[in-house]
Amino acid sequence: MSATPPAGSASLKLARSNLQSPARKRADRFGDLSLRLICAAAAVLAAVVLILIAKEVFEGAHLAFSKFGFSFITHQEWAPPLEKFGGRGLIFGTLITSAMALLIGAPVAISIGIFLALLAPTAVRNVISPLVEMLAAIPSVILGFWGLIILGPVLVSTIEPFLHNTFGFIPIFGSPQTTGASIFNAGLLLTIMVIPIIASVTRDLFSAVPRDLQDGAAALGSTRWEVIRGVVLPTTLSGITAACLLGLGRALGEAIAVSQVVGGATESHLSLFKTGGTMASIIALQFPSPVNALHLSSLYYLAAILLVIGVASNLLASWIGRRWGEAGGIAR
Amino acid sequence: MRLWPGRSRATEEFDPTQPLVATGNLRRRHLVSRFTQGLAIAAAMAAVAVLVIVIIAVVSHGVKAISWEFITATEPNGIGPFLVGTGIVVAIGTLIALPIGVLISLFLSEYAGNRLARPVQTLMDVMNGLPSIIIALFAVSLVANKQSGFGASIALAIIEVPLIARGTQEVLRLVPGAQREAADALGVARWRSILTIILPAATGGIVTATLLSVARAAGETAPVLFLTGLAHGDEFHFNPFEPLPTVPVKIFQLSEEANPEGFTQAWGLSLILIVIILVLGLGSRALLNRSKRKLTQ
Amino acid sequence: MSIDDYTFDAAQSTNGKPKAPGRVRIRTEPLPGVIGAPAATESAAEAHFHLAPEPVFEAKDVGIFYGAKQALIDVTMNIRRGQVTALIGPSGCGKTTFLRSLNRMNDSVPSFRLEGQVLYHGHDMYGSNVDTVEVRRRIGMVFQKPNPFPKSIYDNIAWAPRNLGMRQGMSERVEKALRGAALWNEVKDRLKDSALGLSGGQQQRLCIARAIAIEPDVLLLDEPASALDPIATGAIEDLIHSLKGRFTIVIVTHNMQQAARVADRTAFFSLETRGEKPIGSLIEFDDTEKIFGSPRDPRTRDYVQGRFG
Repeated sequence: MSATPPAGSASLKLARSNLQSPARKRADRFGDLSLRLICAAAAVLAAVVLILIAKEVFEGAHLAFSKFGFSFITHQEWAPPLEKFGGRGLIFGTLITSAMALLIGAPVAISIGIFLALLAPTAVRNVISPLVEMLAAIPSVILGFWGLIILGPVLVSTIEPFLHNTFGFIPIFGSPQTTGASIFNAGLLLTIMVIPIIASVTRDLFSAVPRDLQDGAAALGSTRWEVIRGVVLPTTLSGITAACLLGLGRALGEAIAVSQVVGGATESHLSLFKTGGTMASIIALQFPSPVNALHLSSLYYLAAILLVIGVASNLLASWIGRRWGEAGGIAR
Repeated sequence: MRLWPGRSRATEEFDPTQPLVATGNLRRRHLVSRFTQGLAIAAAMAAVAVLVIVIIAVVSHGVKAISWEFITATEPNGIGPFLVGTGIVVAIGTLIALPIGVLISLFLSEYAGNRLARPVQTLMDVMNGLPSIIIALFAVSLVANKQSGFGASIALAIIEVPLIARGTQEVLRLVPGAQREAADALGVARWRSILTIILPAATGGIVTATLLSVARAAGETAPVLFLTGLAHGDEFHFNPFEPLPTVPVKIFQLSEEANPEGFTQAWGLSLILIVIILVLGLGSRALLNRSKRKLTQ
Repeated sequence: MSIDDYTFDAAQSTNGKPKAPGRVRIRTEPLPGVIGAPAATESAAEAHFHLAPEPVFEAKDVGIFYGAKQALIDVTMNIRRGQVTALIGPSGCGKTTFLRSLNRMNDSVPSFRLEGQVLYHGHDMYGSNVDTVEVRRRIGMVFQKPNPFPKSIYDNIAWAPRNLGMRQGMSERVEKALRGAALWNEVKDRLKDSALGLSGGQQQRLCIARAIAIEPDVLLLDEPASALDPIATGAIEDLIHSLKGRFTIVIVTHNMQQAARVADRTAFFSLETRGEKPIGSLIEFDDTEKIFGSPRDPRTRDYVQGRFG
């Protein structure tokens, strides 16, 4: 559609609108107002839903909070029939699995981002990039099923014994279970889920680093890696942090896949190879049939903790992303 | 840092007339550079390998279960009701989410000033990052614990709105400002130009975003587990206000049982689900490229 | 300002060890015979006879292609040691392309192809086992738009020497580079401040300091003052004067007055129509006085007298 000259057309617009009938002008004003209201209403609806969600979660947790207070976080015993609930084990499980996902996943994903943005020729990038994104499209229930049936036995028969035999002096590498269910398994699944998120965000970040900055570094006789290390990575540090926070949010909230492979326990152990539970996975397993009201409320309490951490990391990621722009750190 | 003592001489003076091969510490630096690039390549290969491994597992185990009967019959021989149930639940959820998502992104791109745009954008970011288990929790209380497909649709809609909004926003941004100015110059009312010029131009991107969010919704387990998890697949159910059997829930339940035959069914279900998602993903990507090309010509 | 304000005594070694005999010293005085060297002839024997400095670059029938499109044709010229060689001409006739091919910076363009030969101190720059990182270490470049790293002023300059393993005497090296770029007095109290806080002219001088900190053999300057205001431009030109002789300098410029003031030899590029499409080509290459005073080619005359471009 060709653009008619917009400049100087205010008079044209006035002339044209004077040609419209009063009825049409009324209809137009009504239409403008209505559309604006409807759009605003949609935004308000979303905000209302978010507020309702928070309200619902905190109200549901009220019973357990009034009974346990913050000691819920420090106690470990989770015995629904006895009305004893302590979230420490689950919080610990959440932290361990998420930490594992980030510690392994972030460096791998950032390397993939470097590869896709800076190293791969266009043809290769156009193939590998969608493949990495496809990893994110696998539904978590399928990944959890695969983790249980296929990954678990492999872990128990090869990797876990190897790690235990070589590094067994470190408490996290305790003796493996017989089943494939373990915190380690859950952590690996979370790693797989977190990698494509961080990889695609960092890929876009690295692609946005100005060419002339990289050329300037190369013109000083630096190797490819030195350009990346000296120019690309420092200028994108805040963006990388934001990407990792997004990945963290994903890992924290993943309930289904983790529940399939983690064993459903509520205690925490130092060994990665034992079963355990995360906040999200316990909610997934126990929410459909709570034993009593306090049980239900304790699950809401866990959900409240999850909500707070999840929203906080999301907001932090958004704030960092906004504050420092795409290729963060470049002041021009 | 000297890796090999005596080898990395500082290149303070050099003879430029020497051949153009690595001098001083450059050989070591080249090794380091090649090594780190190799690590990056290995990381990418590892990710692709994991994808391939999972897909191959699903395909090789699932293909054994697939047959016409499998897809169309009811339990115990087939999983037809689950496909139907997922279809209905996702369709209703998308129908709810689509207008809301489009309206919100219209608000962001056409009506919100800078002051309003930021909080609304943050709102969308937060909604996007909400764990689906919490959304499922909320939906349960919204429908007062009554199991129904419709309740699950509401939860899925909450998940889909930010996805559709983000995709629509991307394509609304691409609609050239010149088109908007031209409409203004002709005295066309704002609402008319939005509905008749801008939205139609963005249709390709909206469809793409919708397809991608359908793919996401189809695989979501927590909402359907909580809100319609009690449904059985022994007969076809079509009423959304009753519990509807769905694919992800069935996979989840089968994985929790220790029944090898159930596992085969689960693989078959997984294969079908992955194929649906793949088709939706590829289709939307092709559509996106086409619509982006049209808009930026 | 004189050249002595910006020179350091290069006889002192920076790491305390005696300088090995027979090594090339970085010159701080102009080479004998540089100014006013007759340059009508290009052959090595005659050049030797006339005491012209030896060529650093020898371009022989260079043609540059981007895919099927030819951007530059038949460039044959020698660029000599210690001189300032200016490449002038209207936009789009290949000056920058040619300059960038002197340090292999065109490699990043995938469809780039060079025919003919570019010799650097007699070595084929596009040979099969040429290390491009080494090339860029010896042949530095300053770009049209200042591109300082988002680091401190000190780190901008120290970054490349650190990579090269020059760790000792870094603050002296930084100071020497900043003095050489006529920037030291302005920034000596704020070396830790971000380089992005400098003005455009200061940033460009920082980029020059960055380039000379590793003491390259050659400096390629791609329109270094075109993005700057007139005052900053003047500072850059004085700077080039002071660097003359220490480095071999090749400068691309749109500004004919700048070329006339600063360059020993000037090459005029323009578009020639070969076949259907116009291709960039070297029209005339001579001493600066000849190019501006009595050019031989009518196209050169038209350009330097302001008829077009």
